[in-house]
Order: sequence, then structure tokens, then C-alpha cells
Amino acid sequence: MKTDLLINGNRRTLDADNRTSLLDALRHHLGLTGAKKGCDHGQCGACTVLINGRRINACLTLACMHDGDEITTIEGLGSAEALSPMQRAFVNHDGFQCGYCTPGQICSATAMLEEIEAGWPSHVTADMTAKPSLDEHEIGERMSGNLCRCAAYPNIVDAIRDAAWRDQE
Amino acid sequence: MKPFAYDRATHPSDIAFADAGAAIIAGGTNLLDLMKLEVMTPDRLFDINRMDLSSIQQTENGGLKVETLVTNSDLAADMRVRQHWPVLSRALLAGASGQLRNKATTGGNLLQRTRCHYFYDTAMPCNKREPGSGCGAMGGVNRINAVLGTSDKCIATHPSDMAVALRALGATVEVRKKSGAVQSLPLGTLYVLPGDTPERETVLEAGDLITAVCLPPPVKGRQIYRKVRDRASYAFALVSVAAVVEVVDGKIARADLAFGGLAPVPWRDGAVEELLIGNAPSTSLFDAAADQLLRTAKGHGGNDFKIPLARRTLKAVLEEATR
Ligand SMILES: Cc1cc2nc3c(=O)[nH]c(=O)nc-3n(C[C@H](O)[C@H](O)[C@H](O)COP(=O)(O)OP(=O)(O)OC[C@H]3O[C@@H](n4cnc5c(N)ncnc54)[C@H](O)[C@@H]3O)c2cc1C
Ligand code: SF4
Ligand code: FES
Ligand code: FES
Repeated sequence: MKTDLLINGNRRTLDADNRTSLLDALRHHLGLTGAKKGCDHGQCGACTVLINGRRINACLTLACMHDGDEITTIEGLGSAEALSPMQRAFVNHDGFQCGYCTPGQICSATAMLEEIEAGWPSHVTADMTAKPSLDEHEIGERMSGNLCRCAAYPNIVDAIRDAAWRDQE
Repeated sequence: MKPFAYDRATHPSDIAFADAGAAIIAGGTNLLDLMKLEVMTPDRLFDINRMDLSSIQQTENGGLKVETLVTNSDLAADMRVRQHWPVLSRALLAGASGQLRNKATTGGNLLQRTRCHYFYDTAMPCNKREPGSGCGAMGGVNRINAVLGTSDKCIATHPSDMAVALRALGATVEVRKKSGAVQSLPLGTLYVLPGDTPERETVLEAGDLITAVCLPPPVKGRQIYRKVRDRASYAFALVSVAAVVEVVDGKIARADLAFGGLAPVPWRDGAVEELLIGNAPSTSLFDAAADQLLRTAKGHGGNDFKIPLARRTLKAVLEEATR
């Protein structure tokens, strides 16, 4: 199925088997290997990318379902020369060990801050109608879709809190 | 994954062509998971994401109409839901992860399949996946399986959190039949118990489309969703309770209760509610309610613990709701 995608600001046309997941399309057809395949079943978050600004698991959607959609991968958030604030915070706080989960963590955290900004509550938010805060508890819950096999969690939380704090300045 | 034809359906009438071999795809978070494992093998997918079915509207009677493509994230974050039907927001937020909720849709969540390990493993017998092949979970690893409403053919649970809250709230499901007729079903009548045909989970037929879920007007009372699971987040319920409970003049006036993790359908038992209503809250009353709920409960070894766990969870919820 022919599919037009707007990836990291570039228009790309894909003509792949219907069965191609968005993750495989990015990695194997479009040369964007930042998003990682951990489980291929929605259980780890390594494949997290943004579609029209929202974080999703690229392994559990088909590329052909995204004709016309705007997709942002870790490559589109920043570059080695110009890191995004979240990427910078992960580097500053050593928010990784092996780095395999990191692109997913950073994409997820970037969109998660937008969700907080939009006032979305979480499972641990005490008052459902109040503006949510961003403490360790909230970060842990909201980032639970991103597993880290190296358990770099304490530094990941620090990095996110730092990026959020800079965001608010 | 087996090859399939792919169609973008832009209008409900487009899927009236669907036959038993076809499947509707919405968020895809359950269907694609199962297609990768070849547990589900549709030969044709109808992608409904381009249909105009993404709004949440107030209804004339003060309820809310949630169209099927509303994502679990958007529904949970809707301020009207947070204010008036908070048990629904709570249940949604207790399910899956931020990424999955951004994709998961209302209709897809209702129709997600069981997480029974043997259903997922095509090398194992499973009456639901392959009628007549036997049930691997009975006498197997059945820690996550059901204790209520089962049959000797299947002991699977329905895994949705959202559906449990909707059952407590008395929601209805709007279905566009293949013929074009529109039907409104109480959520409780959408699902069927496994009996001799566990492969059949709902009253829907091929080509039927869920278009919306309707919430009745808000009612007074405390709303609670309590989910017990193996880890604090990103895990399915072992037991869950959705409750809307009102106490007037020291007596329970309303006790709308639904249960997850216990049965093949989001479970509700009118006899439990009758027993509570009109009485003053007390530990012995709550114990009697749990006795009533669990009077037919049957464990299968690995899931025996769910029976006392359901009792304790129900009692804790009732205590909190009537405090
Ligand atoms: C790792 C993981 C953890 C999860 N944890 C939880 C959890 O804790 N709690 C929980 O409740 N859920 C959980 N889920 C399940 C998740 O909620 C479901 O996958 C999701 O809600 C399905 O919605 P969807 O739109 O993606 O459905 P799809 O996968 O698109 O569809 C599911 C089914 O519904 C049918 N369908 C979809 N829309 C319609 C319609 N409008 N009319 C008729 N048929 C339709 C499809 O044909 C398919 O059979 C989890 C999933 C994963 C992968
Ligand atoms: S409990 Fe149901 S779904 Fe699980 S193996 Fe038995 S028949 Fe299959
Ligand atoms: S690879 Fe997509 S969630 Fe694990
Ligand atoms: S840094 Fe190794 S998996 Fe997270």
C-alpha cells in the first residue's frame, strides 16, 4: 500500500507490504534506526515515537494506517550538534546505561510533559480536576510504559524533572 | 503475520461488506498484537480511523455520548468525565500505558480479547481460539483466569478496566448493524458468557460497527475504581472493583458495583446491590455482600487466591465509599 508520511519534517513515500509495522517501516525502509524494537508487542516502549505530537508504540500500528500523518522520531527531536532539552537532560544526568531504551524514553518523556501541560491526570493524581504536579510519583506512573532493562530509573527521573523544570523557566 | 487486504473505510456503510474473515482495525493495539502471533488471522482489514466518529458530546438528558474513535487518553482527560463520571477516568488511567492509551479507542477497548496465556500460544489447546481443542488453562497455569461465570469449556477473563467502570455506570453501546439499523444495547447485554461456545464473546455479528458508548446522566455518590495487580502500573487487573455508592441518612441508598479480573465479562450482580441498599454500612454487611458476590465462585488452583482477594477488595472499597 502506497503511504505518504511526513517524518521529522520530510515528506517520505513508502510502498511496503500491508503487514509492515510503523516501527519496521522506520527502521528497515526509511533508514531511521533510532526507534528500537524491544518486544514488538507494546510491552516495553523502546519503539515510542510521536504521531501528530502524541506518543505511541510504533510496533503496534501499521505504517499504511498513517497516510498523511506527521511522525517525529528521536532523530527529529534534536541532533548531536543541537540536542533537545530532554536529550541534554538525559546526557547531563546519565539517564541511561546501555542506551537501548533511551530513544523511546526521550520521545515518551517529551510528549509526557505536553500531557502534563494540557492538564491530563494520571492514575496517581489525587484530585482528578486539579492541575497535575510533576513529582517523582507522577513521573514514575506516567513513564511506566517505558521499561529500562538496565534499571537506570533514578537518573531517568532526575533527567525528566530537570527538563521539566527548565521548560517552566 | 498472515497477508491481508487493507481498506480505508471512511463511512460506516463501507464496512457492510465485511464477512467473517474480515476485521475492523481501530487503534490496532490488541488486534495487531494477536495478528503477529497468528492468534487472529483476518484476510481483510477495514481501517475505521478516518470515519467521523471522534467526538464526545453532551446528550439531551444530561448524559454523555462518546464516539468510538475517542481515544482512551482523551476520554480519561475530558473534564466532564473527570467531574461527573470520575470512576471512568480512574479506570482508564489504571489501564495499559500512556502510549497505548493514546492509540486505544473506546470500541476497541470494549472488544479487546482475553489475555489468557493459552489463547495467546498457538501451540497450546484453547477452545476460544480453536473450538473443540480443549482448554489449556484448566489444570494449567491459570493465575490470571476467572472464578465467576466460567464454563467447563473456558475460564478466561475479560481484561478491560474501562468496561468495568462503564458497567457500574450503566452505560449503553450504540451499534450500527450490517443492515444499517442502529441499535442501543446496555453494556451488560453486549457480552455473552462462554457456555459451550467460548469463541463467541459478544452479540455482535460480522459487519456490525460500534459507533458510540452513552453514559447516563451523572448520579450522586462516591465513585471509586480500585485495581489490584502484580505491579503498581502497566499490568492487567487480578481483581478490580468499580463503585458508585451513596449513603443517605446513614443508610446505603445506591451501590452500583462492577468487577474486573473475576469473570469472562465485566461482572455485575444485582443481588449484591440489593443486599446493601437500605442498610447501614458495617463490616458484617460488607462480609454478607462478599458472600453473595462469591457464592458461586470456583477456583482452578492457580487462581484460588482471587476469591479471598475479591472479598478483601470489595470490603475495602465499600469501607472507603461509606466512610
Ligand atoms: C502491554 C499492554 C498492556 C495493556 N494493559 C491494559 C490494562 O491494564 N487494562 C486494559 O483495560 N487494557 C489494557 N491493554 C489493552 C488495551 O486497552 C487494548 O489493546 C485497547 O483498548 C484496544 O483498543 P484498540 O482501539 O487499539 O483496538 P483494536 O486492536 O483496533 O481492536 C480490538 C478489537 O475490537 C474490534 N473493534 C475495534 N473497534 C471496533 C468498532 N468500532 N466496532 C466493532 N469492532 C471494533 C477489532 O476488530 C478488534 O477485534 C493493554 C494492552 C497492551 C498491549
Ligand atoms: S480459558 Fe478460555 S481462552 Fe484460556 S485456554 Fe481455556 S478456552 Fe482458551
Ligand atoms: S517494541 Fe514496541 S513496545 Fe516494545
Ligand atoms: S539504558 Fe539499557 S535498557 Fe535502559
